[in-house]
Amino acid sequence: MATEPRQRPATEDGEVERKTLSGHPIEPLYGPERAPADPEQTIGAPGAYPFTRGPYESMYRGRLWTMRQFAGFGTVEETNERFHYLLGHGQTGLSTAFDMPTLMGYDSDHERSLGEVGREGVAVDTLDDMEKLFEGIPLGGVSTSMTINAPAAILLAFYVLVGEEQGTPPEQLAGTIQTDILKEYIAQKEWCFPIEPALRLVTDMVEWCTEKMPRWHPVSISGYHIREAGSTAQQELAFTLKDGLTYVERAIERGLDVDEFAPRLSFFFNAHVDFFEEIAKYRAARRIWAREMKETYGAKREESMRLRFHAQTAGVSLTAQQPLNNVVRTSIEALAAVLGGTQSLHTNSFDEALALPTEEAVRVALRTQQVIAFESGVANTPDPLGGSWFVEQLTDEMEAAAYDYFARIDELGGMVEAIRRNFPQREIADASFAYQREVDERERIVVGVNDFVQDDEPETPILRIDPELERKQADRLAATKSARDGSAVESALAELKAAAATDANLMPPIISAARARATEGEMIAALQEVFGTYTESPVF
Amino acid sequence: MSTATARKIRVVVAKPGLDGHDRGAKIIARALRDAGMEVIYTGLHQTPEQIAETVIQEDADAVGLSILSGAHMTLVPRIVELLKAQGVDDVLVTVGGTIPAEDIPELKQLGVAAVFTPGAGTEEIVEFIEKGAAERHANE
Repeated sequence: MATEPRQRPATEDGEVERKTLSGHPIEPLYGPERAPADPEQTIGAPGAYPFTRGPYESMYRGRLWTMRQFAGFGTVEETNERFHYLLGHGQTGLSTAFDMPTLMGYDSDHERSLGEVGREGVAVDTLDDMEKLFEGIPLGGVSTSMTINAPAAILLAFYVLVGEEQGTPPEQLAGTIQTDILKEYIAQKEWCFPIEPALRLVTDMVEWCTEKMPRWHPVSISGYHIREAGSTAQQELAFTLKDGLTYVERAIERGLDVDEFAPRLSFFFNAHVDFFEEIAKYRAARRIWAREMKETYGAKREESMRLRFHAQTAGVSLTAQQPLNNVVRTSIEALAAVLGGTQSLHTNSFDEALALPTEEAVRVALRTQQVIAFESGVANTPDPLGGSWFVEQLTDEMEAAAYDYFARIDELGGMVEAIRRNFPQREIADASFAYQREVDERERIVVGVNDFVQDDEPETPILRIDPELERKQADRLAATKSARDGSAVESALAELKAAAATDANLMPPIISAARARATEGEMIAALQEVFGTYTESPVF
Repeated sequence: MSTATARKIRVVVAKPGLDGHDRGAKIIARALRDAGMEVIYTGLHQTPEQIAETVIQEDADAVGLSILSGAHMTLVPRIVELLKAQGVDDVLVTVGGTIPAEDIPELKQLGVAAVFTPGAGTEEIVEFIEKGAAERHANE
């Protein structure tokens, strides 16, 4: 299809203006005049403060990033099968996607779950489901990530109990649970409770895991979703780090020693398609976090200062048009994450603009990581772009932009207050609208969508979730409910409610209730009786 | 906007079900508002009953249902059914989101006027709603 040549906006002197995906201006040339003044101090070595170049001295020479594909759909049987498929094809860590009802704290048989069960992830209602989910997978031999936030404590309890049943005590379990509730109010929008009780639960998990689960990350401080909601890279960086610092503050207020809990904090960033902007973002993130932990929060151990992260390639960059182009996008994004020093990586499948991935598509996504790791050579040395005049300059500018946002958030009274006032939400809405306008006006080209369009495309086969699975899950749930000791569940829930009304750590009563086969929905409902619920006042 | 009436076109932009992906819905809400329409954004986590009630109470000319959770074949029919049951069958119903091509004919058979899938331009959507609502005004 013939299209008009697009006009780039020109500056006054006729120069063509170039900007990153986030709108950050890019100069015509970056040369030695930009060389960093004092690189040993300001950039440092990999594995040394301020960790700009990476959290570890040898980076991928010592150990490759974990290849960890997000997976989950239908019931635990289908997802267990997908877990085995991915492990069989060489992935090195598990990552669990839960369905909307599970994410929102509803059981599969709740009326609000109708039509939603197993569609965006796996349905998990009880400990019985969790056992089946990891059938044939010894938890002592894998690390597992779980993407769940408001009900995180419950899913962690399920996981710990499965480990226990399999013979692995909590202190040997390795993995991550997302738990990052602040970014829910900002971007992912999966909540069960008002902000303060939700934050209490986060701190309970940090406290409990610091003591009982030294190999576990009780929180994955996330920017991925903030970016997917439409933020710029600068906003993603600033809001994520500010959320993280808020959790640090809450943990310190609780009486925890920063050097005890901070080493187990982890992060999760987006890997978007503007290659160098992303690399600069990760490097700036490490440097900012290290400085703040050391100078603002008094951390003494290096482990407390080094930011480690998981990355996922940008879902929003995928197009429904000409889906094979998405393999290219994902590859570029994955490469950016690797050159940015990620510790763990999920690569999107080419068919994900419209559905969860088929087996074939997710295999190609995993192979993308394997080609990068084993064929491209980029893993042979840490931070290969370190010292690039462009990359160091961009890193500095990213850092400065983040500090600008920190100042604005501090002026509003901190991140929680900023969220209450809709500040990050409005920034995101504005940025997403500006981007859409650029695409509509063809100031920004999206291949296959507003240029290089193909008029009649063959249809790509996509994964369809069998509606029968909803009934299958309802049967599973009914079976658990009839087998369990109803009065044990009742008293466990009563104890949970009572504990919620005090400032006791809620992990123990949640574990007890989970062991008795209380459902996730029952536990959430019990907590909501004490905490209340949350409704946002949206801005657009 | 139709010249036959000074009343602004009223559009409800709704997020049915548990889906929290609101980026697109908000952009459309803003674009419709910028185009001079009266926009009521319901916010997240609306039940079909809540949406139908909002459409009726707000005397909407059009409703845009935004669904990226895969639950559209349960939620959209329910909403359309509720509108019909309450005698409101002249509202322009549009759907947006991650809707597989396979499902579009069935949605249209239910009375959905258009389904906007990923990559649809904002202008296209605004124009469609303007035109559709104006036609309904003309038929009143």
